[in-house]
Order: sequence, then structure tokens, then C-alpha cells
Amino acid sequence: MKHYSAFAVAREALRYHTGWERAWRSPEPKKKYDVIIVGAGGHGLATAYYLGKNYGIQNVAVIEKGWLGGGNTGRNTTIIRSNYLQDPSAALYEKARGLYEDLSQDLNYNVMFSPRGVIMLAQTQHEIRGYQRTAHANALQGVKTEWIGPERVKQLVPIINLDGPRYPVLGGLWQERGGTARHDAVAWGYARACSAMGMDIIQQCEVTGVRSDNGRVVGVDTTKGAIDCEKLGIVVAGHSGQLAEMAGFRLPLEAVALQALVSEPIKPCMDVVVMANTVHGYMSQSDKGEMVIGGGTDAYNNFTQRGSFHHIEETVRALVETFPMISRLKMLRQWGGIVDMTGDRSPILSKTPLQGCFINAGWGTGGFKAIPGSGWGMAQLMATGHSPLTEAFTLDRFKEGRFIDESVAAGVAH
Amino acid sequence: MLILNCPYCGVDAEETELAAGGEAHLKRFGPGSSDDDFHDYLFMRENPKGVHLERWRHANGCGKWFHAARCTNTLEVFGTYSAQVSEPPQEIKDAITAKRPGWTWREFE
Repeated sequence: MKHYSAFAVAREALRYHTGWERAWRSPEPKKKYDVIIVGAGGHGLATAYYLGKNYGIQNVAVIEKGWLGGGNTGRNTTIIRSNYLQDPSAALYEKARGLYEDLSQDLNYNVMFSPRGVIMLAQTQHEIRGYQRTAHANALQGVKTEWIGPERVKQLVPIINLDGPRYPVLGGLWQERGGTARHDAVAWGYARACSAMGMDIIQQCEVTGVRSDNGRVVGVDTTKGAIDCEKLGIVVAGHSGQLAEMAGFRLPLEAVALQALVSEPIKPCMDVVVMANTVHGYMSQSDKGEMVIGGGTDAYNNFTQRGSFHHIEETVRALVETFPMISRLKMLRQWGGIVDMTGDRSPILSKTPLQGCFINAGWGTGGFKAIPGSGWGMAQLMATGHSPLTEAFTLDRFKEGRFIDESVAAGVAH
Repeated sequence: MLILNCPYCGVDAEETELAAGGEAHLKRFGPGSSDDDFHDYLFMRENPKGVHLERWRHANGCGKWFHAARCTNTLEVFGTYSAQVSEPPQEIKDAITAKRPGWTWREFE
């Protein structure tokens, strides 16, 4: 792998950019790997990367049904924050946010992490109390957040309308080091680094079965033939239930569609991320100038990667009240992703009833921000059998009543 | 937009008139049941990529609950039926079988 640098750009410019090589190889699968990860999205690739980097396990294949980063990794609104209420969540998301800080240097790939700050608006009395509580909890967890009043919100977001007709802005929870990153680049950067370590990323290869022997996983059947493995990681978001069924267990998940949309590009007008959870809308401005908008999920089970139009309408209506200047913007694109929701709106990073098989699922509407931390913890779990980052997120927590209840704590937008 | 026919008032209701109520025909387990049964009842949904039996309420209409059979993979609706039953009536099962031969849903098919 050639190192990316300013010098490399200059060198290639002099020879008409003929010397760039492919960022990752596309090999045919080998007969056997130490570890197979199913799903080449951010979480799967990050898991593979930290298995190699932190634990020296480099005989790894990452198998992907479609193309790399083509699922929810390429469909989210790229928000990164760690202002969660519960201790296990805050630890995991803050680990991820911390890793994002120097991920570009670590991967030698510009993921365009932009710690521009995230505000979660409080628009009801209930939210004021909720976010003040979160701010106090974050102080104890070592996550830097702050409760700010409406004047400070206006200072940070001049285009905001503080006294909207339905939901006036009463303050906000401000995380200065939250922000955004380029979602595709996160997947591409991890893929390039994995490939450089000798790992095989096998795209256009669907897993059709999980093979086990005496309660222990021994390999997978794929559309490119059977592949053996010592350990298997299932990291496939919306289709986790289908993979789990192949592996002989069930998951407490339901798949629903979540949508996002972007406007035409406009001049820079908002340099922070704003989330308005009461009205189900969040917005940031991309480097290209598009306003990136996300909303709530549909209420019914869906695997089609497209959602209901009226949800977009609700989101945009609410945002127009809060940001009147966007009312005449044209929307360029809309898309949907299939998110896997758990009962407590927290993910599952766990061993499974099948020996040697691990699951990373249930990120619901908020997986992108967690990619580095999730990969870090998952790699530790798969390599050593235990990770302090993931120990609370086990599959059996539902049976034992140890919920990590972010459904109440974090509102809808996640 | 999803359109479901309300079996009570007969209206072809658009999605904005309806409220989704999640998976249908759950068997309830309460006090005295085993931990496994209670856990499955609370959290383990079928979540199929295909035929899904579910509950809906005609919230901005007649207000009644009813059942629908729908495909989560194509958003095709096979039919709606009364809320007062513990499994789909035969004509709904036939309508599903016509489009999805070999479908199953827990104990019925």
C-alpha cells in the first residue's frame, strides 16, 4: 500500500496521476480464515481492522453481499456525538468519538472528521430537565457536554428561530467535540487499512448458511463456495435476524426504515449540527453546502430501504418552523436504510449460543457515530473473549432485565 | 403510500390515518410463566423478510383495531381482517399462499 501524503499528491501530479493504485484488493476467497466477518460496513471493517492492529489476527476475511459500505454506513447523516445518559453507552460512544479524533492519521485516509459541535435542542420543559440530567451524567462519565441557554444557542446557530409557533427553543445540550465525518471515507479508510494488513475483503458474496459442528461454528456457505473459519462475526445491521436464523438462534430485533434527505447546496450558513428530538428532525451542512436532514423511523416492519413520504414531510415541516430560511430550499435526494431496533434502543455486542460466533447488531438509528468504538470493543471480545466496552451489551440482558435504556433517555433521533 | 382497507368501516385508509401496532397474534405470558416464555413474549419478534401479520389501528378514522397481512420485502398487502381472531381467516391464508407458496408464520401456514 502506498502512503497517502501531500508529497504523494505532488509526485502523482507530475506524472499525470498514473501511479495511484487501487485502495484495496478484491481477492477470491481462500479455503480457510482464522476469522470471518460477515458485513463490510463500517462496524464490520472496523472490527477486522482492530483485530489486526490490536491483536495481530490478520488472517481475516470480510464478506459482503453487496458492495463495501453500501448499507447504512453510506446512508446515515454522519453525526458523531457521545452525550448518552447510561454509563455503558457513554463509555462506548465516547471511545468511538475519541478514536474519530485521530482516525485519519491512524488509517492514513482522510475521513474528514469535523468536530464542529452538536446541539440537541430542548423545546419542552421535559426536555430541559432531561438534558440537564444528561449533562450531569456526562460530567460524571468524563464526557464533555454542557447545558446552554437560548441566547447561546442563537449565538451558535444564527439562522435558528428561537420562538417558533409550536416549539420555542428553550436551551440545548451542547457537545463541543461532537460533529460529523465523511461516512463513505470511514468505510473506505478501514477497508484500505485492512487490505494492507493482508485481509481479504470479498464483495458480491452472499452468505447462504452458517456451518457448525457440535455447537461450534466451523465456517459459512456463500455464493462463492464454502469457507472455513475459527471464529465468525455477524455484523450485518438490518439482516441480522436472517443471519442469526442460519446460525440457529434468534435476536430481539425488528427492522424498520429510516430516511434522510439532502437539499441543494447553498452557501455556508450553519457550522454546527442541530438535533431537534421533540419534532423528529436533525440537520447539518455538508462541506459541499447541502443541508443534510434526518428524521424519524417508520412505525412498521420494512426491508425495502425506502420509507413513507409523510415522515419526510413531518420532518421538513418541523425544521422549517425552527429554521425559516430553509423553507425555499429544493431537496435533491432522499433515501432510506433498514435499521435494526432493539427493545431498549441499545446495541447488542455479544457472544451467541453458537460457540465461536459473535454478533454485533441492533444499532438502530445511531450506528455511524459508534463505528471505531464498536470495532475496538468487538475485536477485543472476539480475540480475548471479554471486553469492558461490550460487557453490558450482551444478548441475554433482555432476559435478565439489565436494559441499557436509551429509548427514554435519548429520545427518538439517535 | 401504504393503503389498508379497514375491515370495520370499509374505508381504504392511507397510512397517515393509521397507527401501526406491531406484530399480531402474540401469545401472552404473564405471572407464573417461565423466564424464557416471558422473554420471548416481550422481546422476540418474528421480524420476517416476507409475510408479516400485524396489528393496525384506524386511528384517524373509526378508531378500531384490525389485522393486516403484508410483505415486508415488497410492501405488498395480502389483505386485512378482524381483530377478534387469533389467527388469519382461511381466505387471507389463501391470498398469501397464492402469492407466497410455502409461507409460514409460527404455528400456522
